[in-house]
Amino acid sequence: MRVSIEDAVGEVRDGMTIGIGGWGSRRKPMAMVRALLRSGRKDLTLVSYGGPDVGLLVAAGCVRRIVTGFVSLDSIPLEPHFRAARSAGAVELTEYDEGMLYWGLLAAANRLPFLPIRAGLGSDVMRVNPGLRTVRSPYADATELVAMPAITMDVAFVHLNRADADGNGRYLGPDPYFDDLFCLAAKQRFLSCERIVSTGELQEQGPPQTLLTNRSMVDGVTETPHGAHFTSCVPDYGRDEEFQREYATTGWDTFRARYLDGDETDYQKAVRR
Amino acid sequence: MSRAETCVVACAEAWRGDGAVLAGSAGVIPGLGARLAQLTFARELLVTDGEATLLRDGRVEGWLPYRQVFAIVAAGTRHVMMGASQLDRFGNQNISCVGPWERPASQLLCVRGAPGNTVNHPVSYWVPRHSPRVFVERVDMVSGVGHDRGAHEIRLVVTNLAVLDFATPDRSMRLRSVHPGVTVDEVIAATGFELTVPDQVPETREPTADEQRLIRERLDPDGRREREVR
Repeated sequence: MRVSIEDAVGEVRDGMTIGIGGWGSRRKPMAMVRALLRSGRKDLTLVSYGGPDVGLLVAAGCVRRIVTGFVSLDSIPLEPHFRAARSAGAVELTEYDEGMLYWGLLAAANRLPFLPIRAGLGSDVMRVNPGLRTVRSPYADATELVAMPAITMDVAFVHLNRADADGNGRYLGPDPYFDDLFCLAAKQRFLSCERIVSTGELQEQGPPQTLLTNRSMVDGVTETPHGAHFTSCVPDYGRDEEFQREYATTGWDTFRARYLDGDETDYQKAVRR
Repeated sequence: MSRAETCVVACAEAWRGDGAVLAGSAGVIPGLGARLAQLTFARELLVTDGEATLLRDGRVEGWLPYRQVFAIVAAGTRHVMMGASQLDRFGNQNISCVGPWERPASQLLCVRGAPGNTVNHPVSYWVPRHSPRVFVERVDMVSGVGHDRGAHEIRLVVTNLAVLDFATPDRSMRLRSVHPGVTVDEVIAATGFELTVPDQVPETREPTADEQRLIRERLDPDGRREREVR
């Protein structure tokens, strides 16, 4: 089902838990993030392998809690807005090992309450997440493992290279990241893509195993060309390193006024320069 | 021979004898070390381009997206050399934040994959600036677990001054070698906890002519290594 960016973001209510696909500063559904920022939603919980999606929404005051294993801009290791918000005590954090986050999504996708994992044992992840429990193997080994709880979400946003209007989607780059799991772990799922094509054309663009989403995993599809900017969306485009530097070094009010006060068309015009 | 080249070779040595395991690395010098090891004495090592492609001798040989990396972590067929903002004598490592976790003075990366790495497979560390700010009595947030908290194996710590290991009865940190031109006292002064120092501390081996040529001509002709160790 084709939807507009505004329709998709319109499903988000204050206080909801939102999943954002991609990884760091790679193939993030940034057009959706910008729309979410414009909508002025509050008290969101973000589940993300964090990048500028987290930074933008935190800087805009939309976020109460972040559930993540890291927040990084890749070529710029530390995310300035996330750092500032943490030091100011302005945002809550559920900090997991990256593999634990994967396991939590996998558990949710499989409708399991938890999945056992070694990651986390002995580390301060257990200290800062006092709700985390361990589980003992019922077999002879009796190994103690972390019982990683399922991470469920109200709404998930992911961005792929190509899709048809029904939600069959394909990545063309080297890594699917975890976008399929974000879709499977969320109640409502929105897929943005560089180009909506016919189902036939979609099939011609690569081998079947790069078809990451199928119709049952997606509730709305929207075409957002250049919609992952300024993160990478290879092979359609790489990361806009120059723009990312500007984002990381410009005061928030200035950056927002320059790029984010208009709609997505205004943004794309402003970044083309 | 530069200090950075000594460090590249010292990092490469971390993977000696590992066989067909995935060499993970963070930082320029460990990355060069992994590729140098693969080109010389650790031919079976798996090395990536930092994203999803496996490279052998600079050519593509396979595919390894993140979800497969997590399978390799869990399987234990990996030896990663991570960075460390703080490191204690048992090898507990912090890359998450400095100061109280509830409201850090400096938020860093979060724990990333450090908890999973350290309980599943060998881990080494690269510290480009050996100082008491990094080598501390207690780390503020245990991201990577040390030997007193159930680490699988913390193998080596390579710094701009020295190579350290955990070959002591309680598996606490020990000075293994000092780089040419560095004194033992310098290392002790730059370490914020009591280090085990053997009576005789050898010098870190210098790169062979072949290794030096590979580093300079093939792996890092632009000299990126020199900017990481100053």
